Amino acid sequence: MLSEIILEMKDISKSFPGVKALDSVDFKLRKGEIHALMGENGAGKSTLIKIITGVYEKDAGLITLQGEPIHFKTPQEAQDKGIGTVYQEIMLCSNLTVAENMFIGRSHGPVVNWKQMNEKAEQLLASLGIPASPMQELSSCSLAVQQMIAIARAVDMDCKILILDEPTSSLDEDEVHKLFELMRELKDRGVGIIFITHFLEQVYEISDRTTVLRNGKLVGEYETASLPQIELISKMLGNVLEDITKLKKHEPVVTDTSVPVFEGIGLSSVAGVRPFNFAIQKGEVNGFAGLLGSGRSESARAIFTADKVTGGEVKMKGKRVKIKTPLHAIKQGIGYLPEDRKGDGIIADLSVRDNIILTLQVLKGFFKPFSLKQAEEFADDYIEKLNIKTPTANTPIRSLSGGNQQKVILARWLLTHPEYLILDEPTRGIDVGTKVEIQKLVIQLANEGMSVTFISSEIGEMIRTCSRLIVMKDREIVGELRGTDLTENDVMNVIAKGGRNA
Amino acid sequence: MASVNVIKPKARMSNSNILFLIAAVIFVLMYLFAIISYPGSFMQFQTFFDLFNLNAPLIIMTLGLCIVMIGGGIDISIGSVCGLVTMACAVFLESDKGNIGGAILISLGIGIAFGILQGYLISYLEIQPFIITLSGLFLAQGLLTTLHKDPINVTMPAFVRLRDFDIIITWLGTKNRLGVFIPCEIKPGTIIVVILLVLLASVMKWSRFGRNVYAVGGNSHSANMLGINVKKTIFLTYVISGLTAGLAGFVYIMTTGAGNVGNASGAEMKAIASAIIGGTLLNGGVGNLLGAPIGTLTLLVINELIRAAGVQSNFQAMVSGLLLYFFIVLQSIIMALRDKKGFRLALPSWLRLSNKG
Ligand SMILES: Nc1ncnc2c1ncn2[C@@H]1O[C@H](COP(=O)(O)OP(=O)(O)OP(=O)(O)O)[C@@H](O)[C@H]1O
Ligand SMILES: [Mg+2]
Repeated sequence: MLSEIILEMKDISKSFPGVKALDSVDFKLRKGEIHALMGENGAGKSTLIKIITGVYEKDAGLITLQGEPIHFKTPQEAQDKGIGTVYQEIMLCSNLTVAENMFIGRSHGPVVNWKQMNEKAEQLLASLGIPASPMQELSSCSLAVQQMIAIARAVDMDCKILILDEPTSSLDEDEVHKLFELMRELKDRGVGIIFITHFLEQVYEISDRTTVLRNGKLVGEYETASLPQIELISKMLGNVLEDITKLKKHEPVVTDTSVPVFEGIGLSSVAGVRPFNFAIQKGEVNGFAGLLGSGRSESARAIFTADKVTGGEVKMKGKRVKIKTPLHAIKQGIGYLPEDRKGDGIIADLSVRDNIILTLQVLKGFFKPFSLKQAEEFADDYIEKLNIKTPTANTPIRSLSGGNQQKVILARWLLTHPEYLILDEPTRGIDVGTKVEIQKLVIQLANEGMSVTFISSEIGEMIRTCSRLIVMKDREIVGELRGTDLTENDVMNVIAKGGRNA
Repeated sequence: MASVNVIKPKARMSNSNILFLIAAVIFVLMYLFAIISYPGSFMQFQTFFDLFNLNAPLIIMTLGLCIVMIGGGIDISIGSVCGLVTMACAVFLESDKGNIGGAILISLGIGIAFGILQGYLISYLEIQPFIITLSGLFLAQGLLTTLHKDPINVTMPAFVRLRDFDIIITWLGTKNRLGVFIPCEIKPGTIIVVILLVLLASVMKWSRFGRNVYAVGGNSHSANMLGINVKKTIFLTYVISGLTAGLAGFVYIMTTGAGNVGNASGAEMKAIASAIIGGTLLNGGVGNLLGAPIGTLTLLVINELIRAAGVQSNFQAMVSGLLLYFFIVLQSIIMALRDKKGFRLALPSWLRLSNKG
C-alpha cells in the first residue's frame, strides 16, 4: 500500500525540568491510516501529540504537514489547519452546554446562532448515539458521555488528521465499537488517525501501523498485523513480561466464613440500584462485573454511601452499624477509589509524595496510625512498586503523565490500608506492565487480610484478580460466578441470560 | 455512568440561569415586602424609577464588572476610575473649550486607557488581577487628586440643561395629597442603563466573544485547548469594564453636576456585592448580566428599608455585609447540591484559605 505521507516529524526533542520527555523521535502519519502510538506511562506519547498541536513548543526537530514545514504556537492554529484532537484529559468547559462544547472555538463569525448550533449538535449526537441533549450543561453529563462529546467535536471538524489520546479509557464496549466504526469511516475518507491506548486488543483491532516509544526514545515503527502481541509488549517495556494470563489466581484466605467483614442487606441508593444483598469475607477479592450502566459502580457507591442510600442495613463484622456519609464509612474502615477521579483527584501543585500521603493524613486516626516519616517511606515505596515515573518524589504532580497521575491516586488509597477497599476502575489509563503489578499488589494485600472489591470494564482483568464475580445488569444482581477457570464468555453468558427481560 | 438506554436527558437549567432566577425572586419578594410595609413610598412608581435615576452609575459599573467576573477576573479599580472621570469632566467642562461631546470622549477615553493598560498586564503578562486593579485604583485616585482637589460645580449652561433634563412619562404617575397628578420622571442615565443592559446581555448570550468569556471563566486551560484565544478574551473583558467605568463617570456627573474627590469612592465594593447578589459567581464562568441591576437594586432596597425603619445608618453597612454573606453561602449550597459534590464556598482559589482544588 503506497500512501501519501501527510504528517512527518523528524528528530523531535523535548525536555522538561528533570526529564527528557522526547529524544530525537521520528514519526510518520500516512493518509487514510490508523496509526497506534504505544508506550508505557510516561513514554512521551502525549508530549508528542501536544507538540504537533502547539500546546508545547519543541526544543528541536522538524514537522511537516503535507510537505510544508509547520510550527503551531497555539492549539487554535492546529485546529484551523485541520487537525482535530481529543486530549487525554478531557478538555471541555463544564459550565457550557453540550452543543457549545462541540462548536466553541471553531466558528469565526461574531454571532452565535443557538438554534442552528443546537440542531447541528442534535444531529451529531444522534448519529453517534450519545445520550445527551444539546442544551444540557456539560457538568451534568457522565465522564463517558463527556468523552464521547469530545470525540464528536473532533470528528465533526472535517479534519485531515485526527488525534485520539486514550479516547477509550472511560468508554464501554458498545461505545468503543461505535468509535471504531467512525474511525474506519474517516479512514476511508482519507483521514490520518493517531490513536493512543493502553488496551492492546484495541490496537490489534483497529490500527494499521504501530509506533512504539520507550522512555522518550523511538523504538520503531511496525505493521501492526505482523507484530505479535508479546513482541509489542516487550518492545514497550524493554523486557519480556511474564504471560499475564498465567497470573496466579487468588484464593481467599478465609479465617472465619461465618462473619463477613462487610454485609449489606437490601441496600439501595438514589442512583437507582435495585435493593441488593452483598457480603465480603476477610481476605476476599470480589468484583462487580457488568456493562457500563449496569449498576456496578452505583453498587460500590451505595456501599460507601457516596450516593445517598435510600434503604437497607449494614453490618460490619456481624455488628449492625449506621453508615450515612462517606466519613462514617471511612471510620468503619472502608476505603473507596472512585471511578471519576477528576473531582477528588490530584492537587496539582503538591508534590507526588504529598499527594500520596494526603488521604492518609486526612484520615489520621481512622485506620492504622502512622508517623509522618513512616508515611513518607511508604509513599516512596509505592512510587517504586507502582512504577510511578517521576524525576523525584518532590516533583509537583501536575508534571506527571496522565497514567502516572492515576497511579498516584491509586497509591493514595492502597496506602491507607483500610479493612475493606473498593477500587472502581483502578487500572484505567495505566500501562500493561503496571496493570499486572497492580493485580499482584491487590492479591498481596488480600493475602495480608484486606477485603477488596475490584471493578473494571476489562472483564479479563477481573477474572484474573477476583475469586468471586457478582454479575450485574440493569442495576440489579443477576448472578454470581466462582472458580478458577472462568472465561469472559461465562460472564457474558450470565449477562445475556440474566435480568428482567430474560 | 451513562445509562445504556438512549433516553435523552432533559436539559436542566444552567447554573447561571438558576442563580439569576433566585436573585430575581428574592428581589421581587423583598420589593413586595417593602410595598406592604411602607406603601407610602414604595407604592409609587417614582420610587422605583429613582432607584435607577440615582444609581445608574453603579449599575453601569456592575455590568462591566460582571463580564470581568464571568471571565474569572476581578476589577476593583472601577470606582476610582469613575471618580477620576467625574473630576476630569468637571475640569474640562468648566474650561474655555468645554463641551459635552468632548466630555463624553474624555470619559470613554480614560476608561478605555485604564482597561487597555490593566487588561494587557493581566492577560498578556499574567499578573494577578487583584494586584493590578488595586494598583489601578491607587493610580486613578492619585490622578484624581493631582487633577483637582476641591469640588467643582459645573455651571456650563448646556451641561446644566442636560443635568436637569427629565423624560416625563405622562401616562404613569401618582396623585399627591392634594389630588394633583404628578407624572413619573426618568433621567437620561436610566435610559443609558437600559440600552447598555440590553446590549451587553445580548453580547454575552449571542456573540462569540460572550460565549468565549464564559468558557474562559469556566476553565481557561480547556478553553485554550478548544481553540479560544484566552488572552485576547480576558484582555477584552477588562477593556469593557474600563469603558463602563468611564461611562459611569459621565453618568455620575450628569446626575450630580459636580466633580468631587469623594465621587464614587468605594463604589467598586458595592459593585462587587451587587454582582454577587445578582448571581455572578466570584470564581468565574457563571453569571447573567440581567442579574447586575437586580443585585444593585436588592442592595439599595434593603438600605432604603432600613432607612424607612428609622434605624441608624451604620446598620445599613452591616446589613449589606450580612446580605452578602447570605448570598455567597446560598449560592455555594445551591452549587454543591447541583454538582452532588461536597459543600465548598464558591470563591476563587486566591480568596480561599485552603488551596485544595
Ligand atoms: N508539563 C510537564 N512538565 C514537566 N514534565 C512533564 C510535563 N508533561 C510531561 N512531562 C514528563 O514527560 C514525560 C512524558 O510524559 P507524557 O505525558 O508524554 O507520557 P505518556 O506517554 O502520554 O504517558 P501516559 O500513558 O501515562 O499518558 C513524563 O516523564 C512526564 O513526567
Ligand atoms: Mg499520555
